Amino acid sequence: MGIPISYSFRNLWTRRLTTVLTASGMGLVVFVFAATLMLAEGLQQTLVQTGSPDNVVVLRKSSNSEVQSGVERTQAALVETQPEVAIGADGQPLLAKELVVLINLQKRGTHKPANVVIRGVATPASFTLRPAVRLIEGRLPHPGLAEVIAGKSIARRFKGAGLGETLRFGMRDWRVVGVFDAGATGFSSEIWGDVEQMMQAFRRPVYSSVIFRLRDSSEFDEFKSRIEGDPRLTVEAKRETRYYLDQSEAMAKFLRILGMVLTIVFSIGAVIGATITMYAAVANRVTEIGTLRALGFRRRDILSAFVIESLLLGLCGGILGVIGASFMQLITISTMNWQSFSELAFSFTLTLGIFWKSLFFSLVMGLIGGTLPAFRASRMNIVEALRSGG
Amino acid sequence: MTEPPIVEIRNLSKSYRRGSQIIPVLSGISFDIARGEFLALMGPSGSGKSTLLNLIAGIDFADTGSIQIAGVEITGLSETELAHWRAGNVGFIFQFYNLIPVLTAFENVELPLLLTHLTRKERREHVEAVLSVVGLTDRMDHYPAQLSGGQQQRVAIARAIVTDPEILVADEPTGDLDRASAEEILSLMDRLVTEFGKTVIMVTHDPRAAEKAHLVRHLEKGELQ
Ligand SMILES: Nc1ncnc2c1ncn2[C@@H]1O[C@H](COP(=O)(O)OP(=O)(O)O)[C@@H](O)[C@H]1O
Ligand SMILES: [Mg+2]
Repeated sequence: MGIPISYSFRNLWTRRLTTVLTASGMGLVVFVFAATLMLAEGLQQTLVQTGSPDNVVVLRKSSNSEVQSGVERTQAALVETQPEVAIGADGQPLLAKELVVLINLQKRGTHKPANVVIRGVATPASFTLRPAVRLIEGRLPHPGLAEVIAGKSIARRFKGAGLGETLRFGMRDWRVVGVFDAGATGFSSEIWGDVEQMMQAFRRPVYSSVIFRLRDSSEFDEFKSRIEGDPRLTVEAKRETRYYLDQSEAMAKFLRILGMVLTIVFSIGAVIGATITMYAAVANRVTEIGTLRALGFRRRDILSAFVIESLLLGLCGGILGVIGASFMQLITISTMNWQSFSELAFSFTLTLGIFWKSLFFSLVMGLIGGTLPAFRASRMNIVEALRSGG
Repeated sequence: MTEPPIVEIRNLSKSYRRGSQIIPVLSGISFDIARGEFLALMGPSGSGKSTLLNLIAGIDFADTGSIQIAGVEITGLSETELAHWRAGNVGFIFQFYNLIPVLTAFENVELPLLLTHLTRKERREHVEAVLSVVGLTDRMDHYPAQLSGGQQQRVAIARAIVTDPEILVADEPTGDLDRASAEEILSLMDRLVTEFGKTVIMVTHDPRAAEKAHLVRHLEKGELQ
């Protein structure tokens, strides 16, 4: 057995002010580290929850998003007749031909413009396909009228998007007759209106996408290979979950890389801080180190005692950082969805994976910060160490 | 019947290098220390008393010569072997006690036992036994800062004897103590020799301390008088 952990722990406790200050530095880095991962996670979860695994999105071949896609009316009609399409309670196919357009709206207060997704939908199929979408105020738009409903986070944050207000786009004024909630999904950041009205207003001859529910979830592969092989069709099919995951990939990756870069830059500072603290700890305990060595503890016992001390210091930082980051879960962020350049609201999401990664990262910082001082401690000459304090 | 001496030193030399200058400290010392001796090493400051003590205790390395302790030639041991040897054979008593401030009296005394294979329960028994020898059973949960100098030195003595080593080395053990505490420590060391059969080698420049010893030797100009 070597030097007990309580020795390392109590030394940290004895100089708690220094410990807290140093740990805070590392905690800040862990906070940034965890927060960016949580941001990427929140974004991805929001977008993935937007989709349902039983739904299929049909887009024009090699268009990455609905905004870039165009599906001819004739092609959309062909998709509608496929046997895999589920039939609703009303006897109609559970399928919606939709139009997705980006428009520019001003935010409340700041008047800063931002892109917002306008979705032309089919009633009731579009709603049946997205059970997460629930009207919370007002009513659904009447087909044939210039009426829309707004997602909750749009209604709150954009000028003219609240219930009873009027939005101007597509050279028309649109009355907001309802507000809907779509939980943590991306739909909460959209405005929905009747698809035929929207196509007229935006002078679009084609749909953006066709969304339908599979009769049987296992028939997806069969459907996909058949319609992608059909010479009359220039479309591709994705499960809706897959579609939204792909949508989030670029942004999540960007966030993770940004997080890494920030974390690495900051962690250099925090590690230097830990190194300085640990060097000071070693310098203050030279006689003590000499004594332990005289008693028969080996160099490696001293090395591990100081490494453990620094690991504990890092762990304190990690715990502080994770606690700080967990408070971020209370905050909802709205940011650009970089795929469609539209506004998207989501929250920092702390997962168990991020929790462990953050603590592991804090231990790594502690290890790096403590290594050099611990080596210095372990390499001391016993006699000189014992002489030093007198 | 003559028992072999516990310490046999032959032609021991040690010098320090300060830059290009070589400072000879010990030049060819030879002497024996009998088992159960209470020896005081005296001499002017800088005469090499501590250096000699450190060599015997196995924390410093000689240039030439041999040191045999209880039949073991310690100048031939590697650093790790020496550490292991010290843990089992030498108890240290320092001028400034050198207790670990973040550990209680009990934990300080237990420290050398962490290098043995004793169980927790056995360690507790050993620690309590030596704390009662030094009369500090009631202080075992105190931290060093909560103890007087004399009490701290008694804890240090308990730590030095807890592994039951044959040799105790003490460098100015009373140098930081008032008269009364010093007396107490010296009587305690005397008891360790007479009652427990330890061999004590004590460096001191305090004549009163030397008086307590059974044998006094003087070190001067690198040689033993
Ligand atoms: N690490 C060292 N480097 C250089 N000189 C040293 C070192 N250690 C001790 N000395 C010198 O060796 C001599 C003897 O020291 P020491 O054994 O401590 O003497 P004492 O204990 O008798 O006062 C002194 O002159 C001291 O300056
Ligand atoms: Mg000395």
